[in-house]
Amino acid sequence: MNFLQIANSTATDLARIPELVFDDFAAELTAAIAAGARLSALFGTPRSAGGAELYAVLAAEAESALFLGRTTVGASYPALTPACPQAHLFERDLAESCGLTPVGHPWCKPLRFLDAARRDPTPGTPPCGVMDFFQIAGDAIHEVAVGPVHAGIIEPGHFRFQCHGETVYHLEISLGYQHRGMERALRGGPTPRSIHYAETLAGDTTIGHTSAYCTICETLSRQRVPARAQALRGIAQELERLANHIGDLGALAGDVGFLPTQAYCGRIRGDALNMTALLCGNRFGRGLLRPGGCTADLSAADVAELARRLTQLRRDCTSAIELLFHSPSVLSRFEETGTLSRETCETIGLVGPAARACGVARDVRHDFPYGIFRFAQLPVCTWESGDVFARAYVRWLEIQKSLAFVAEQLPALPGGATASATAAAPLAANQLAIALVEGWRGEICHAALTDADGRFACYKIYDPSFHNWFGLACALRNQEISDFPLCNKSFNLSYCGHDL
Amino acid sequence: MLSILLARFQQKYRTMAWPAGPAPALPARLAGRPRLDRTACQQCGTCAAACPVGAITCQEGLTLDTGRCLFCRACERACSRQAIQFTQEYRLGAAAREALLVRDAAAAYPPALVEKARAYFGRSLKLRQVSAGGCNACEADTNVLSTVAWDLGRFGIQFVASPRHADGLFITGPVSANMRLALEKTYAAVPDPKIVIACGACAIAGGPYAGHPEVHDGASAVVPVDLFIPGCPPHPLTILDALLRFVGQVPEE
Repeated sequence: MNFLQIANSTATDLARIPELVFDDFAAELTAAIAAGARLSALFGTPRSAGGAELYAVLAAEAESALFLGRTTVGASYPALTPACPQAHLFERDLAESCGLTPVGHPWCKPLRFLDAARRDPTPGTPPCGVMDFFQIAGDAIHEVAVGPVHAGIIEPGHFRFQCHGETVYHLEISLGYQHRGMERALRGGPTPRSIHYAETLAGDTTIGHTSAYCTICETLSRQRVPARAQALRGIAQELERLANHIGDLGALAGDVGFLPTQAYCGRIRGDALNMTALLCGNRFGRGLLRPGGCTADLSAADVAELARRLTQLRRDCTSAIELLFHSPSVLSRFEETGTLSRETCETIGLVGPAARACGVARDVRHDFPYGIFRFAQLPVCTWESGDVFARAYVRWLEIQKSLAFVAEQLPALPGGATASATAAAPLAANQLAIALVEGWRGEICHAALTDADGRFACYKIYDPSFHNWFGLACALRNQEISDFPLCNKSFNLSYCGHDL
Repeated sequence: MLSILLARFQQKYRTMAWPAGPAPALPARLAGRPRLDRTACQQCGTCAAACPVGAITCQEGLTLDTGRCLFCRACERACSRQAIQFTQEYRLGAAAREALLVRDAAAAYPPALVEKARAYFGRSLKLRQVSAGGCNACEADTNVLSTVAWDLGRFGIQFVASPRHADGLFITGPVSANMRLALEKTYAAVPDPKIVIACGACAIAGGPYAGHPEVHDGASAVVPVDLFIPGCPPHPLTILDALLRFVGQVPEE
C-alpha cells in the first residue's frame, strides 16, 4: 500500500501525501476496496493547467486505519466506477464540480444540477431534475414520478419508479433541489459564517456536522479541547441520536398505521430535543459547539435535572417502543421488506444504522474513535437481516446504548473549563485535515485543504446520506411500490446533507 | 391489547393547556426576542461586526433585524455594555417585514394579525408546506406541532398533502434556485384567496445563505408573504403563537 496511513481528526502536510501516477492510484484504490476498505472521500481541486488533483480517503475499519492518497488527472480520465461501484457518486461529483470526464462511467448524470442552481442561469440550461432517467420498456411497464414537493413536511427530491403492476423494478433518485452553495462558500474561509453553514448543513444533524467542522479547525490550529467540553460534545451527540432514532421509530410506526407508538414517540422525541435545549437554549444544539470547546456549561443543578429527565425518557420510550416490537401486525410489515444483502451493503459502501442492519459492524465511534469516544466505548449494535425490521431494531438497540452512555457521563463530567483558554492560532498552511464523526445517520466526513495563507482552498463534506441514498434505491427493487414510504423512512436520509 | 392499554395509561394525557392555560416551560437559555438598550449603546460597531449575517446596524441608532437574525448571541457576547440582550419572549411572528426590526425596548412583541386571514381562515386553515433549501430544522419543529403535545388540529389548522386542498403555503428555506420553479408551480396550484407564511431566518431573508448566487434570499423574492416567523429554527411555541395570532385565534394584547 503506497497510500499514507493517518489517524482520524488529524491534519497532514500536503508534501507528505504520496503522489501516485493515476494507474497506480486506481489499482491501489480498487485493490484496497476489494480487500474490505471503504471510500470515505474522493474529491478534486481543479488545476490551472486543466484537469485536477484528486485526493482519496480510504477507511479500513478492520485495521482502524485511514489511508490517504493523491494523483493528477487530465480533463478526462478512465473512470474508477466500473471496477469500484463505491466511486459512483464521487465521480459524478468530480464531473460536476471539477469539470472532469470519467471515461467509461456508466451513469455519469448530474448530481446536484450546479449549472441550474443559479439565480441567473445561462439561458437554455435544463432546470434541476431534467435528465436522462433510466427507463424500462414493455407493454405493461409504467413509470411513477414523485416530487420534488412531497405530501408531508419533508425536504424536496425527485423519485422515478419503473413499475410492472405493483412491483418496482427500478428506482432512480434525482436530488439537487436543496443546493445552497455550501462548499463554494466555505472556500476562502473560515469566516464568521462558516460555523453557521456547519450548523445548518443538515439541520437535524447540527451537532454531528458542527463537531466535524470544529475538529477540522482545531486540528489545523492545534487547539486543545478541554476534557469537560469533549464530554459535553459527546452528550450532545448522543442526545441528537436519541431524538432522531426515537422520532424515526415513531414515524415507522405511523407508516404501518400503528398509531400508539407513532403518537408517543412523536412527543418523546421532543423531550430529547428539550434536553439539548437545556444545554444551550436551542433544541437542535445550535450555538453550543465552537472551535476550542463549548459555549455552555452544566451546573450541578443542570446535571441533576438532565439525569432526572433521562430516567423519564428511558421509561417513556421503552414503553412506547416495546409496544412496537411486540406487535405481530407491525413485525409482519417490517420483516422481509426492503431487504439489502450484506454483499450489496459492502459493495456500495453503506454507513451508519443502514450498514449495521446488514450485519456490518461499522461505527466511527468504535473504528476511528474521536473526542470522548476514545475513553468511553459504545458497543456497536448490529442485526443481520438487512430489512426494515433490522433498520428499526438497530435504532432501538442504539437508543439503549446512548441512554446508558449519557447516564454514565453525567455524574462523571470532568472538571475544568468548557472552552480552550488560549485564542485560536491561524490555521496551518498547506495541510489536508480529515474529521470523521458518527452522526445519527452514520459516518460524517469533512475534509479541508488549506492554501499557503492558511485559508480553506477546498472544503469537502460527506453526509452519510451521500453514501446511503443509493442503498434506498437498491432496497426498493422487487418491492411493492406501496412499501416505498416505509422503506424510505427506514433510511430517513437527508436531502440538504446530500445537496449541500 | 392489554399492553397497549397499559402503555396508554403510562404515557398519560399530554396535550398542553396553552393557549387557554399556561404556556409550556421554555428552556432557561432560550434566545427569544432581543431587547435593545440604546442608552447603553455607544455605536462602536462591535456587535455589527460580530454578526455573521448583517442583522445589526448601530450608526443611526441600534437596530436588530430579527428577520435576518440567527439568534446565535454573538452580538450579545461581543457587547461589553449589555446593550443587546436576548429575552425569553417567544412571540416573534409578525405580519409586516418592517415589524421584525427591533429598535428599543418599547414594543413587547410585533403584531401578527391579518384581517384577511382572520376573516377567511380564522376557524379553518389548511397549509401546504414547501421546503425550498430548508435544512430540516424548521421542518422538524413545524412537524412537531402535529404531535399530541401540541395538537395543531384542535385549532382547525392542518398541513395537507396537496396545494389544491390548501389555503396557503408555509415556506421554509432560503428558496434555492433549484426549487424556484417547483415553488412557483405549487403557489399557482393553491386556489384564491390564499396566504403565504415564511418560517425561519432562511425563508425571511436567506439566513446564513443570504447573498449566495445559489439562493433567492427568502420567499419574498418569489411570492408575496403575509406572515414572517423569525428564528433558526423558531421554537414550536413561536410558530404556533404566530399562526394563532395571524388568524385571530389568540388576541393581540
